Amino acid sequence: MAEKLDMRGLSCPQPVFDTKKKIEAMGSGTLEVLVDSGTSRDNVTRLAENKGWSVSVKEQDGEFLLTLSK
Amino acid sequence: MSSLTGFFGSKKGMVATGLFIGIAAAILQKLGNPANMGICVACMERDIAGALGFHRAAVVQYIRPEIIGFVLGSLIAALAFREFRARSGSAPMVRFMLGFFAMVGALVFLGCPWRALLRLSGGDGNAIVGLAGLAAGVAVGVLFIRSGYSLGASKKTYTAAGWLMPVIMIALLLLLLGNTMWGASKSLLYAEPEKFAPFFSEKGPGSQFAPVFVSLGVALVIGFLAQRTRFCTMGAVRDVILMREMHLMSGVIALVIGALAANLALGQFTPGFAGQPVAHTAHVWNFGGMMLSGLAFALAGGCPGRQLFLSGEGDGDAAIFVMGMIVGAGFAHNFAMASSPAGPGLWGPAAVVAGLSACVVIGFSMRQKA
Repeated sequence: MAEKLDMRGLSCPQPVFDTKKKIEAMGSGTLEVLVDSGTSRDNVTRLAENKGWSVSVKEQDGEFLLTLSK
Repeated sequence: MSSLTGFFGSKKGMVATGLFIGIAAAILQKLGNPANMGICVACMERDIAGALGFHRAAVVQYIRPEIIGFVLGSLIAALAFREFRARSGSAPMVRFMLGFFAMVGALVFLGCPWRALLRLSGGDGNAIVGLAGLAAGVAVGVLFIRSGYSLGASKKTYTAAGWLMPVIMIALLLLLLGNTMWGASKSLLYAEPEKFAPFFSEKGPGSQFAPVFVSLGVALVIGFLAQRTRFCTMGAVRDVILMREMHLMSGVIALVIGALAANLALGQFTPGFAGQPVAHTAHVWNFGGMMLSGLAFALAGGCPGRQLFLSGEGDGDAAIFVMGMIVGAGFAHNFAMASSPAGPGLWGPAAVVAGLSACVVIGFSMRQKA
């Protein structure tokens, strides 16, 4: 069961910052982050990749489900 | 393989945007904009406030096409890349007040973060003090963010609501072109035209401007690039402090390098502290003013440029922040808070203290429980 974060509607830097805290706490595993802006999608992706997590992005109805795994 | 596709998401895209802004600002200055003010979001919004009659400082009244172009350039990019999303409802009144105090702080320093960087690139040593204040303000904001500060989520809203800011900008553009180029001057409309807006400065910084369509064109490009890359001066500092992340900072450094190189090439570099254009040497208040702005920007999630770009892609909360800045400009000049080259206005220092206090209350009182 993947951990989840719902960051929809939240503006910078909260989606990135909360994701950072979460993946640092998890260390490894799978985390699903739901965001609704291109900015948050890019920023969370950049953060996760810099931390060595792989990211896959699925778009649905203008929202983005980012699956982070390590 | 990164899933950050394309040029705009890359560091190269960010650096290119910063370089373009820096060089463009120096050229706009060469073409007529005020010194070290090729671009200044705060000053230019303040000039618009003056043109609309919201303050009586006769030397800073002009409908700056740069502001219009930033919003519309961002709108075009957002539409082209399917990122236009009408949203609103994340503590709008708080954002209004943050915009208000951000402007007050900027007018005590005499510039937004963009102009602070451009002043530095023009040799104005006071900008170092201002930028230190900006960093201090953002650092305080980061402390609040770390302790759970959040203005909460925005919600999707009607598409038409997201268009309000772009439409306001188009109206301003028509007002500018009508009065300056199309001969619909107010002197034809009113028996006593000096009583009615729009007002355009006859001397001082407000009377200095690059050709309208050059300013507008450059600003459209900047708006487009900045929407794509998410360029943000406050975010640059914040991300370094909060996450040791240099992505946005690379754009800010590129802006300074671009502007410095262009200023040297154009003979616009004059190092020193005293006698710098539209600047004063009251270090405490240069620091304090920018600290207030930095804290307000950090609490609102973006520098004044970024707020314009967000408002162009449908963010109603960013639009409210911009409105707060414009109203703040009116108050800052009407109530002697804004500085002049002679130094801070009578109430400038008190306003900085009051603004910092208000921001600290906002930061402490609007934290989500973990």
